[in-house]
Order: sequence, then C-alpha cells, then structure tokens
Amino acid sequence: MQNLIDVQNLSRAFGKTRAVDDVSLSVSGGEIYGLVGPDGAGKTTTMRLLCGVLRADLGQVTIAGFDVGNQPEQERERIGYLPQRFSLYGDLTVMENLHFFAGVRGLGRKEWLPRAREILTFVGLDEFADRRAEALSGGMRQKLGLAAVLIHRPQVLLLDEPTGGVDPVTRQAFWQLLFRLLREGVAVLISTPYMDEASRCNRLGFLNRGRLMVEGSPQRIEARLKDRILEVEGGPRVILERVARDDPDVEAAHAFGGRLRLRLSRAGSAEIQSRLEKAMIGEGGLVGRIGPSPPTIEDVFIELLEESDA
Amino acid sequence: MPDLIVHVDGLTKRFGSFTAVDHVTFDVEPGEVIGYLGPNGSGKTTTIRMLLGLLLPTEGAATVLGLDATRQAEDIRPQVGYMSQKFALYDELTAWENLMFYAGVYGVADRSRLTETLDLVGLSHIRDERAGDLPLGWRQRLALATAVVHQPTLLFLDEPTSGVDPLARRAFWDLIYGMAEKGVTIFVTTHYMDEAEYCGRVGIMRRGRLLAMQPTSELKRTAFHGKAWDVYARPILEALDGLATLPEVQRAGLSGDHLRAISRTDLQAETLEKGLKALGLQDVSARPTTPTLEDVFLALSD
Repeated sequence: MQNLIDVQNLSRAFGKTRAVDDVSLSVSGGEIYGLVGPDGAGKTTTMRLLCGVLRADLGQVTIAGFDVGNQPEQERERIGYLPQRFSLYGDLTVMENLHFFAGVRGLGRKEWLPRAREILTFVGLDEFADRRAEALSGGMRQKLGLAAVLIHRPQVLLLDEPTGGVDPVTRQAFWQLLFRLLREGVAVLISTPYMDEASRCNRLGFLNRGRLMVEGSPQRIEARLKDRILEVEGGPRVILERVARDDPDVEAAHAFGGRLRLRLSRAGSAEIQSRLEKAMIGEGGLVGRIGPSPPTIEDVFIELLEESDA
Repeated sequence: MPDLIVHVDGLTKRFGSFTAVDHVTFDVEPGEVIGYLGPNGSGKTTTIRMLLGLLLPTEGAATVLGLDATRQAEDIRPQVGYMSQKFALYDELTAWENLMFYAGVYGVADRSRLTETLDLVGLSHIRDERAGDLPLGWRQRLALATAVVHQPTLLFLDEPTSGVDPLARRAFWDLIYGMAEKGVTIFVTTHYMDEAEYCGRVGIMRRGRLLAMQPTSELKRTAFHGKAWDVYARPILEALDGLATLPEVQRAGLSGDHLRAISRTDLQAETLEKGLKALGLQDVSARPTTPTLEDVFLALSD
C-alpha cells in the first residue's frame, strides 16, 4: 500500500536544541502510528513540521504524494491537524463552528452543509448542532474538534495528544471513532501520554531528545523485556523496595498500584525471584505474591528513558 | 487530630438549574488516600472547591479537620494543600521565587523549610530557573511543592498527572506514597485507573452523585455485576460491532490490541466464540478475566 505519510531524515533545531533530529517514518492508509516519548521529546514539533506550520532545517515530508516544501497547498489539503490546544469559537454554535472551518478549508456553499451534517452524525453530535461550543462538555468539545479537522475529508490525520485529561468513557468513544476512520483508509499519526492507547496502534515510535530511538509493533516493543519483569505484592513498601534496589540483578523498582514492579537485567527469573523473596522476608517484609508479569509498553517506555539518561 | 479528617453530609451545589454536586455524603479518616473518579463534568472539582471553602454549598454541610467548611474556611486553609488541574505557578518567577510566594501566603518564615521542600520534590538543581521554562513533569512537581510547603495535614490533588509522561507519573506517585506514609491524608482526582488502584478507597462520581466509595477490591465485587472478557477476533472493528449485537453482552470496547466485553454472568466462552464466528469473524477467542477498575468505572457510567 502507498505511504500516505512519508518522512525522510527530518531535522529541526531551535538554537542549540535539536528538537527533531534525523527522524524518518512512514504511515500507510488504514494504519495508525503512535508517537510516544517524554515531555519535550519532539512529538509536537514533528507534527508541526509535517503539516507545514514549521519549516524543517533538513529532510523531506511527503503527504499523499505531495511535498510539504514544494506543494504546500496540496499537501495541506490532505491533512487534518488537531493540535493540543485546538481553538473553537465558544460563542458560536456547533454548526457555526463547522461552517467556519469549512470556509477556511474552501468548501463551497453547497458542499459544506451536507458534509457538516454527515460528520456531526459520525462523531455523535448531531443532536447538539445548535448548542454553543462553550456549553459543551469536555468530551463533546473534543469530538467537535475532531469533526472540524475532518470537515474536508483529509486522507491524513495528525492528532497531538487528543485525549489528554479526558475520562475513560470519552477516550473509549474517541478511539472507536479513530478505528472507523482507519477502516476508510485514513492514515493516522497520534501522540499520547496513555500507554493503553499506545498499545492500540499498529506501530509505535519512541521519541526522545528529538531522535526516534525504537520503532515497531506494540507486541515487538513489549518483547524487548520478555521474562524480565517481576511483580511483588506485599509490604512494607520501603523494605521491599530497598531489598529490590540492593539486588545486583534488579535494574529498576517502581511501586505502582499497590504493587512493586521490578525490571531485571536478564531473563530467566526463577533464581532471582527466590533470592529476592528470601531477602525481603529476611529484612522483615511480608511477601504476598511474587512472580513474573508480562511486560507492558509502559515498562519499555521507562526502560528506554532510564537507559538513555544513564 | 479530629477522628474524621473530612465529613461531608448531603453536600449539594446548584448553578441555576444545573446540579453540579447532588447530595454527596462521605467521611475520610486520618491517613487515608482517597481516589475520586468520574467523567469530566461529574462534579469532582466542584466538590473539592466546596471542601476548601472556595464555593458555598447550596445545601448540606462539610466539616474539614473538624472545622466548618463554610464558616471556618479561613482556619482550614492553612492546614490543607491544594494542587489544581491548572498548576497555579508564576511563569516569570523562578522555582524558588514561586515557592517563596506560597510560603509567604501560608506564613512559612523558615527558609530551611523551602530548601527541604525543593529537595523533597527533587528540584533543588533548577531552583533558579523560570517556572515557564520547565518541562511539564517538573512544573507538576513544583506545583506539588507549592501545595505542601506549609506541611498540610490534608492534601487535595485535582488531576495532578494529567498529560504527564509515564516516568514523571511514577516519580510523582513515589512522592505521594511517601507523604501518605508520613500520615498526610490525600484526596486525589484522576483519570488514570492504574493510579486509582493504589488508593485505599475510591469514590466514583457521575452527574453530581457519588455512586460508591469503597476499597477497589470491594468496588469490583459490589458495584460490578457482570463477567469481564478479553476477546480476540479479526477484523477488530467488525468484532466490536458484532459483540454489541450479542444479547448476553452488556458492553464492548477496545482494550489495547484486543476487545474487552462485559456480559451477563451466565455467559460461557463457547457461546461467545460461537456467536462471533457466526458473524464471519476470524481468529476468535474469548477468555473470562477479573474485572478491572476501568470495567467498574465504565459499568457505573452507563
């Protein structure tokens, strides 16, 4: 399948900071690619370079066959870009907002209304067409934002943390919409701080300090830590954590959700496990359960960050 | 210290015809970590604002640290910390100056307390950097520092980790755990279900009403009346739509690379798989699993 997003050796510096440093990636129609990485890793800058809001120092961006440098108009027509802070007009109704964005996108008088109705039905806001945007709930505003960037039927969607600060019900609804767009052949590039969302992507790219450090399917990324995660339930946390950190085969220990999650430096954990359990009990800790746990995207995220900071 | 850190009885707030908080009743004991969940706009922040005495309740009463939240708000505030969703920092001031400002507001004169607080949140090395130049994870920790510089006995955190990356989130919760272990009572709202799993008790709000406030293990038993499933099938979207058409299935959603379904308790795996295969789906498999807090949350939000 043709790549709808094709990025080659993209770089952009701000002063001495290499915000985006030699990034190459591609996304085909029907595919969703997740960009994850810490704050300031370059996710937003990458998206802004892709839609031509920012100019690259080096490299090439092609969207649906159009070059961002040479054919910016055609390129931009094919993109729907939802930035982190998307401005809607609070004093305009839902429909008036869509009318405005349709105008910006050059939709004609006859085109915009049927398309606006279609897209409102799609995002589930058809009953609220006459409500003022400022009177919408957070979840509805987010859907209106998506509707606004979809108004001109873009083939490529760039979504910059679209679900930040949004509750699980609304996030679920939003992702179901995304999957429906994918089925229609849209290519999606999304950044998210939620690792459960990252695991829904076809492919993930891990960005840190402007560089794409690791890329692959969520399954392949998780496999980096195969047989290297142990989970301990028990207490007191302070004792369990200290024993774990003192063990030469424990790379990292994080208390989370009432459990202690340990990352081991090597796979094959039976011997390390029994050693840890003994030491924890010896130091006065209580161990309710200790055992291997399947690695998550979040485990890998943290490993990559700690590795690169070390 | 009073027996109850927070005592809320029939607390209600109406804005015109809209009831933001609707007869909410609960107690918080010293040293508890309470998670307060709910969809956007369900009344979580409004509840906190009433407990802080920033908003007057329309009905009902709240006692915080043994003091009346409406009439004695002035006496409550020096003893509580509040970190709001929009970290209230002065961008043009340095980290240290921000902390100085809040110390002044709370009447903390001891400079060593400021140093100690910056150490606690791990920001001593950037004390002279402007708050506006800090990455989000550090701004978040600085906001926490300003909320605890006066050593409150009760700490309100309103979506403290929203939009923060996983590593920063873990570092933040390490700090929270540490404070809870020293006896600080913590009341935290969050959209992250894994964070809520840590809390001793979790309250779930919906449309202004508190549906339940219990330990998570109890919530999963008492507030959840179905069977949870991990379902694998292709294509995933057709499978999602297909699940929703099965009569025994009450709810279906995306979960990582597969689907999650909630069904009546009497549904068997073979029945579920057969139903999906009959719809022409491929690679079908269904496994019953223990409900997560997110399942409970979604079930209560219907």
